[in-house]
Amino acid sequence: MPSITFEGQRYVLREQESVLEGLLRHDVSVLSSCRSGVCQSCIMRAVDQSPPAESQKGLKESLRSRGHFLACLCRPESDMEITLPGNADLPWVSAKVIGKERLSERVMQLTLRCPDTFSFQAGQFINIIHDDKVRSYSVANVPNGMRTLELHVYRVDNGRISNWIHNDLAVGDAMSIQGPFGDCVYNPAAPDQPLLLIGTGCGLAALRGVIHNALQQGHTAPIHLFHGSRALDGVYLTNEMRALTERYPHFNYTVCLSSNAPPSGFTPGRAADVALAQYPQLKGWRVYLCGNTDMVKTAKRKAFLAGAALKDIHSDPFEFSHAMSPAPPSAASLSD
Amino acid sequence: MAQTIYDRLGGEAAMNAAVDIFYRKVLADDRINKFFEDVDMEKQAAKQKAFLTLALGGPNKYSGKDMRVGHTHLVKRGLNDTHFNAVMENLAATLQELKVPAELIAQAAAVAESTRKDVLGR
Repeated sequence: MPSITFEGQRYVLREQESVLEGLLRHDVSVLSSCRSGVCQSCIMRAVDQSPPAESQKGLKESLRSRGHFLACLCRPESDMEITLPGNADLPWVSAKVIGKERLSERVMQLTLRCPDTFSFQAGQFINIIHDDKVRSYSVANVPNGMRTLELHVYRVDNGRISNWIHNDLAVGDAMSIQGPFGDCVYNPAAPDQPLLLIGTGCGLAALRGVIHNALQQGHTAPIHLFHGSRALDGVYLTNEMRALTERYPHFNYTVCLSSNAPPSGFTPGRAADVALAQYPQLKGWRVYLCGNTDMVKTAKRKAFLAGAALKDIHSDPFEFSHAMSPAPPSAASLSD
Repeated sequence: MAQTIYDRLGGEAAMNAAVDIFYRKVLADDRINKFFEDVDMEKQAAKQKAFLTLALGGPNKYSGKDMRVGHTHLVKRGLNDTHFNAVMENLAATLQELKVPAELIAQAAAVAESTRKDVLGR
């Protein structure tokens, strides 16, 4: 009989027993509800192999491709190592700073070289730790085989990590990162689906990844990006985005400033309000929301009510990743 | 064995479309949407999918106890028959939109109705 390894323990399954049944029989506490593949509360992730296809029924493509499955439907034929879906199990690894470039008064682009073993999809995010504080940053580039990660770091007044990155971190320094997380990724299976991307502040990073990936993969339907900031100091990448609109006629770009009387070339108002007023019917669209937590939460509800299917709305739940991160290894074991 | 509405609609895959319609109606309904705010939308949709699956005769292992425990906090916030009735209306409207024949909608409503006591904690 196949066995499953979960949190360092090995459990042997009985004939025809599901992963969920096996875990519960051993008094392992895992969330479950309907036990018939409907409610998805028993979602887990296979660490090192693909789970059986029937155990991925009804899951988003972005989850399937990363090995998520439903424990109640999973009757493995061979041994499996599994973990909870929060990715908290992902190890902290050492990355090296190979570039710092200021993108605006407030925004710094940090370029890291990551280990060979580290892979990500454009639009995902990673965690960074410094002085026992963890922060999440989206990766702004598309994987290119160069093992580089580009992050956009907005300097928050009195923000410990963002000020450390802006002021103290130097090219050549090592730092520890964990990830990747999140399902803010492009779906190459639907090139003819209109895309609406709304980001505030450095939420633009993830959206940039999705946009470049979509354009590289030949997305044919319109792509609408709305980037919002309170003030001009949080606006960045305007030249790059404007250049993209010239090269790709189906790519549209609007910068929104919520402060009073924005200069010409900028749209007054909050990005989500402007975007959803301009596109009130989102049936059949795919929507990406990144940035301020309240904006993401409100816009998600509005986009859904405007007709977007829930499975077609991607957002980065940054606030969860913090609580779920285990302690990283000591600094000594990170030096390379 | 008679085919369930769940099977006739297309089983699990059809439930995703049904949930989107149902959930959207619930969120747009000012009588009840306060009970559905401030929750994780994915988790909420999963619960509604389980509820629709139950009402439509699909595979489920929900017990009265699950229904009771799952709604205790809402009963404390004032969940009552009026709200339950509103959900029933939204269920019927969802099935009408999916072109389910009237007699089958009545069947589904009867199953959903059977959860009233547990949902309202009586």
